[in-house]
Amino acid sequence: MSDVSFVRTEMLPEQDPPGSEVGVIGWLRHNLFSSWINGILTVLSLFAIYFVLSGILPWVFQSVWNGGSLTECREIMTATWGQTHGHACWGVINERWLQLLFGFYPSDLYGRPILSLVLLLVAMTPILFNMISRRMNWFLLVLAFFVTAVLMDASIFVWILRAGFAGATLVIGYQLVTLSGADRAEQIAQGAKRLPNPLMFTAIYPFLMPWLMWGGTIWPAICTAFGFVIGYLVLRFGRAYMSELLTMIAAVAAAVIWWLVLSGYVSSALSSVLPIGIEAVQSRQFGGFMLAILLGVVAIGCSLPIGVVLALGRQSDLVVVKFLCVGFIEFIRGVPLITLLFVASLLLNIFMPPGTNFDIILRVMIMMTLFSAAYMAEVIRGGLAALPRGQYEGADSLGLDYWQAQRLIIMPQALKVSIPGIVSTFIGIFKDTTLVSIIGLFDVIGLASAIRADTSWNGIYWELFAFIAFLFFIVCFSMSRYSMYLERKLQTGHR
Amino acid sequence: MTILTDPPKESFRLSMLLYDTRYRSATIQAIAMIAFMLLAAWLINNAITNLNTLGKPMSFGFLGDTAGYDINQRLLDYDSQDSHLRAALIGLLNTLVVAVLGCITATIVGVFVGVMRLSNNWLIARIMTVYVETFRNVPVLLWIILAMAILIETLPMPRAFKGDTPTATMDLFNTVAVTNRGVYIPEPLFSRSLGDIHFLGDMALRFDVSMDLIAFLVVLGLSIFGMRKVIARANTIQEETGDRPKTWHVLLGLLFGPSIVLMIVLGFHLGYPELKGFNFRGGIHMRNSLIALWLALSLYTAAFIAEIVRAGILAISTGQSEAASALGLRPNRTMRLVILPQALRVIIPPMISNYLNLTKNSSLAIAVGYMDITGTLGGITMNQTGRELEGVMLLMLVYLAISLSISGLMNWYNNSVKLVER
Repeated sequence: MSDVSFVRTEMLPEQDPPGSEVGVIGWLRHNLFSSWINGILTVLSLFAIYFVLSGILPWVFQSVWNGGSLTECREIMTATWGQTHGHACWGVINERWLQLLFGFYPSDLYGRPILSLVLLLVAMTPILFNMISRRMNWFLLVLAFFVTAVLMDASIFVWILRAGFAGATLVIGYQLVTLSGADRAEQIAQGAKRLPNPLMFTAIYPFLMPWLMWGGTIWPAICTAFGFVIGYLVLRFGRAYMSELLTMIAAVAAAVIWWLVLSGYVSSALSSVLPIGIEAVQSRQFGGFMLAILLGVVAIGCSLPIGVVLALGRQSDLVVVKFLCVGFIEFIRGVPLITLLFVASLLLNIFMPPGTNFDIILRVMIMMTLFSAAYMAEVIRGGLAALPRGQYEGADSLGLDYWQAQRLIIMPQALKVSIPGIVSTFIGIFKDTTLVSIIGLFDVIGLASAIRADTSWNGIYWELFAFIAFLFFIVCFSMSRYSMYLERKLQTGHR
Repeated sequence: MTILTDPPKESFRLSMLLYDTRYRSATIQAIAMIAFMLLAAWLINNAITNLNTLGKPMSFGFLGDTAGYDINQRLLDYDSQDSHLRAALIGLLNTLVVAVLGCITATIVGVFVGVMRLSNNWLIARIMTVYVETFRNVPVLLWIILAMAILIETLPMPRAFKGDTPTATMDLFNTVAVTNRGVYIPEPLFSRSLGDIHFLGDMALRFDVSMDLIAFLVVLGLSIFGMRKVIARANTIQEETGDRPKTWHVLLGLLFGPSIVLMIVLGFHLGYPELKGFNFRGGIHMRNSLIALWLALSLYTAAFIAEIVRAGILAISTGQSEAASALGLRPNRTMRLVILPQALRVIIPPMISNYLNLTKNSSLAIAVGYMDITGTLGGITMNQTGRELEGVMLLMLVYLAISLSISGLMNWYNNSVKLVER
């Protein structure tokens, strides 16, 4: 009896998927032509893209870079392409880009705003990227100063500075490249000196930046910083003698008294005795994109802590505190920023003691900070509301007091949850800095109109707008990408 | 035998204000209150002193003075002899016009873009991403000025429509004229009009109400009432017999029929814009400033709304759409009946704040010369009278009132669509 059952003894080899499912064709079929409607939509969008790009690309790239005025640009365009339409005249950017960036800031002092921007980046790195090592941060800092020293006019003093900074850069750079983290840890264990914490520079920066930008003597900046030192000292040593609450009040009061009453006299006395300083720059010389960054950074930096306090106040059980915070937040959020800027430009001096006349940029900074703080408070409140009650109860059960619980348990989680909201508030406030052009400050948009008022650039629009849009796009887009990176990095798998 | 006694009554000591949690909160609140009062008193005192020094103590009398300036885009009648108060009212109406137009357009564009960003067509999703990122990352003020520049620079002058061989022609069967002075669209006219009713006589807040409009609203209201009746009847029949009677033609007739009859009775016709002399006459003239502001604000806000819509749709678990598919619903019905109603709950709260933002951003009208309330009360009136404190205060109050009413209205709507849980 023969065995007729069929048993396969070998497997067929695996086959490639059909050609229409893989590679470019498969991708096209899945993503662009999955159905009739999709196919039609794809063709239509291709037409739309072609239409837009065929207008924009020649305009951007078939352009004139070196025309001294619009008429000159047009002559070159007629000579090259036979028509003046459809070609950009980047001559205006070529000629005025420094002004668009710096406003009327004295051109020989451009190094100072650049240095403060670079230092800003250095000051922010330990906050933004916590994996950056101490050596890296101090290397960046010394490098920034070294570059500035190189750019400075040469004198004996500057040569000494250059040599010093070059040496320091080399030393830290050498350590950075050659020493691994483990070796360094061993050295430190054997008694080598640790580099100071980079956050120290971050703490100094807010007082350094105004001095770099506005110039003048250094004493007001130092005296302002000293107010915080006084507050800290009272807070630190007052505890031994007073209750927690009294110490806190005393610390705030001491700092406020120092700032309002004493620091003015002290700083003027010190400046007359020891005039250390750099050339002063008037506020009306500030402008351009620099002004947007300045206002944005100050508003962003100051509004986060104020926003946290306001959010906590809004969540508080203390009726009066809660009522004040709610009133403030709702009022600020209910009115447009432009009315607050009117207050800054027209009214703020009316509310100050007679004879006070403080700087317009400072006034704008105050109003913008208050504005963004109200929005920040709402974002953070959202984060606080998202925390489960158990977190608060856990903090209570550990015996932490209110501030400890906030600092160690509540705030880190609440802030993490509200990162997207915080960053979009940042982006919003940065974009809103353009509104100062309405109250007569020369930011980028104000400068664009000023350039247009010049007879040689009368009638130029698109190039200026494109340049301004490009500047803002770069900054805002990178901020939003950074927030996405941060969200991914802090992702713990549960909220 | 033990005697129950109350625990010894602790006498109140002053230090308990600081150390006892029962009293400490009261202490903190009292201190906060006192600090706030001191600050407010200091500010008000300074303001009074300064204003007296300047010789203009606070008064709102300037609102009754003759304004002396013109407002070209307006809803109510106004001339330069009217008071500042009326100018502010006209400005307020202009703000509301832009806000309402902008919110509607932004919602339509935003929902469209948001849904399209999730399209499985790769190209369309990318185009929408580019749109959203471009508009979100550039200041709205720049968009407004840019829109204004585009309108002024690229559109033909009214002169171009003149002559035997005009270089520009009117659009949409010769009814709409798009010029660099604005867009002229046909206006509705009635040959047997019922006339207007004047309210408040000669006062600054006077306003006219067109009887024709009221008649239309009444007829429309009656139509909707009738449609509801028809639908209710269809529902009862469906519940009793299981068959739903065809109602769409009745509904359509009820919706349009009475209105069309009314239009014929009133003698409805369109007034077309015509070129007379150097400019167009007749029709409704929408100025460039209005259009630029409307366009820029809606496109800008639409980018934010698109993100909200996208996040809202993504927040609905895929199980919902899978269940809908299992029931045999087609994709567009799944979207309309299953996804969107649920996504709406996530979408509405941030949408409210975007409407508020659009309304507040409309104050940037001052940059293109559109006379909204910031341009009238906060602009020319304040410059002419020098009443900065009063002007800014009124301006803030008006915006605060608008914001609070919008958020109140939308929160009420939010509550009505909210998921009812235990």
